[in-house]
Amino acid sequence: MTTRIPARFAKCAAEGRPALVTYTMAGDPDLATAQAILNALPAAGADIIELGMPFSDPMADGPGVQAAGQRALAAGQTMKKTLGMVEAFRKLDNATPVVLMGYYNPIYIFGVDAFLAAAKAAGVDGLIVVDLPPEEDEELCLPALRAGLNFIRLATPTTDDARLPAVLNNTSGFVYYVSMNGITGGTIKATAAVGTAVQRIKGHTDLPVVVGFGIKTADDAATFGRDSDGIAVGTAICNAVLGSLDQGKATAGTVGAVTTLVAGLAGGVKRAKAAA
Amino acid sequence: MTATGANSLRNGPDEQGRFGLYGGRFVAETLMPLILDLEKAYRAAQADPEFQAEIKHLATHYVGRPSPLYFAERLTEQLGGARVYFKREELNHTGSHKINNTLGQILLAKRMGKTRIIAETGAGQHGVATATVCAKFDLPCVVFMGATDVERQYPNVLRMKMLGAEVRPVTAGAGTLKDAMNEALRDWVTNVETTYYLIGTAAGPHPYPEMVRNFQSVIGEEIKAQMQAETGRLPDAVVACVGGGSNAIGTFHAFLDDPSVKLYGAEAGGHGIEVENGHAASMTGGRPGVLHGNRTYLLQDADGQILEGHSISAGLDYPGVGPEHSYLHDTRRVTYAPITDKEALEAFQLCTKLEGIIPALESAHGLAQLMKVAPTMQKDETIVLCLSGRGDKDVESVGRYLGMNS
Repeated sequence: MTTRIPARFAKCAAEGRPALVTYTMAGDPDLATAQAILNALPAAGADIIELGMPFSDPMADGPGVQAAGQRALAAGQTMKKTLGMVEAFRKLDNATPVVLMGYYNPIYIFGVDAFLAAAKAAGVDGLIVVDLPPEEDEELCLPALRAGLNFIRLATPTTDDARLPAVLNNTSGFVYYVSMNGITGGTIKATAAVGTAVQRIKGHTDLPVVVGFGIKTADDAATFGRDSDGIAVGTAICNAVLGSLDQGKATAGTVGAVTTLVAGLAGGVKRAKAAA
Repeated sequence: MTATGANSLRNGPDEQGRFGLYGGRFVAETLMPLILDLEKAYRAAQADPEFQAEIKHLATHYVGRPSPLYFAERLTEQLGGARVYFKREELNHTGSHKINNTLGQILLAKRMGKTRIIAETGAGQHGVATATVCAKFDLPCVVFMGATDVERQYPNVLRMKMLGAEVRPVTAGAGTLKDAMNEALRDWVTNVETTYYLIGTAAGPHPYPEMVRNFQSVIGEEIKAQMQAETGRLPDAVVACVGGGSNAIGTFHAFLDDPSVKLYGAEAGGHGIEVENGHAASMTGGRPGVLHGNRTYLLQDADGQILEGHSISAGLDYPGVGPEHSYLHDTRRVTYAPITDKEALEAFQLCTKLEGIIPALESAHGLAQLMKVAPTMQKDETIVLCLSGRGDKDVESVGRYLGMNS
């Protein structure tokens, strides 16, 4: 198993703060700009990078991430190019964990064994695949673990105590707690319930717990970072890219729009434990 | 699960919801506990004589079952081969086979204590059938429908609204059935506590493919009994159109273990199978992949991105197919063949003129396949078409294609 993920959580813990996990869509709005964004994330304050693998039918995503995926696909993004982005990133940064996030079909069509070998070679640390619950572990989870890649599972408000062990079994790297029943970019209605849920999960596992879905601002980062080991932000970043475009094309301000947002969020996670 | 021999083709799915390689439960964790609950509730309902009796009662008095088996005399004469029969599912209440499934699922939703129903629809037939049972059982109903389909099937949009349903046009993608299903899944994930997702075809995560098939299996069972009564034996061939494939699996299932009965599924060949992204024939022109909760044949590009496909018929315009069909395709028990828009239009007109029955464009695909097969058969042989829906919803768009709107 790659060691970048535990090393990074240990570093953040030593600094007394949760990790900032950022999600950007590979190939959005075009390959070169997406690469520039990816390369700039660690300096902006991202601790762990989730790189979205665009898919035509992202059933768990709200309009922000959907549109980012469509921009990437329209610009010609492929799985091969996404893996190439990680490879290029690794030449600059060998410490920041990179997790690929998306849906199963593009992996299945690439070929599971070929994909795992290519991802490992490119320097990928883990996978989050939304439409592969524990019931389908034979498909990708178990082969990924055998190949030395972390398989990070989503736990949700519908995952009760009876089911939680099944979800945590074969999970590695960290647990991604989905803050609400809903799609990415939604509104978190019950803030206190999220903290309670994180505590409940921590009662079942020693893995770090990252909270995501619906976290948009530095204040959100400070609030939800208080109870968790990390917070994940995706839709806000995709929307920052969108806001910087001119007629769908990248501008001189695109990379900066993302790094400014991420720097603000990094300030939020630094406040999280200090405020507690 | 059906009590049959080990080699029966009627044993699927297994406990993981697989039909061989196909099917499964490829859903987000949020939905996983829900579909496990659904499976438990469905098993309990299956074993409950009261549930079965209620379906039977409503099928008789509300839907009008059994639907007639009709000898299409002039069509038989015209084709000059096998004797042609229509299974008249278009005479059901709401005008298609879809009501068989929505009735079963709404009773299940009631048993589960759900208070809100969502559905996706392509041609609008499933949307109408869902809005109908929601009106009858006093449940709020939201139907997701691609914006393109809202336009080409407007009469059904009006029917849904009059029945009290909210129709939400979906503009993502090409605005057809696939996009409507994505949006329904997003709604479901957001409203898990209250909402029952009433899927309209024999696809999606387990247990939907099995459950929808079982609710639709009444079609094939009735055909079997009616043909026995009419001719004293089994039909020699049975034909149905396949989009998601609920009328087809409901028609075929009773015959899977009767090898003398040839089974034909008509896929949407659109502009032709050789036209890139110009058809919706997922088995003839696609390959296995994972979408909407199951593994099945899909129209997709080399990178695993799902294609939109095309068909003149909104009900067949879907890039996937129910997983059991994928299994029956691989095992070659059923012959699936593409029918072009043009062939379907010709069949539509022939049926209308010769038999005085205006078929749905979906069913016209099945008829076009029958028109290829029947002439190759002996005159003492029989062939049955599942006439899955009536064409009232299509007269406007067909009129346009035929240049009659002047």
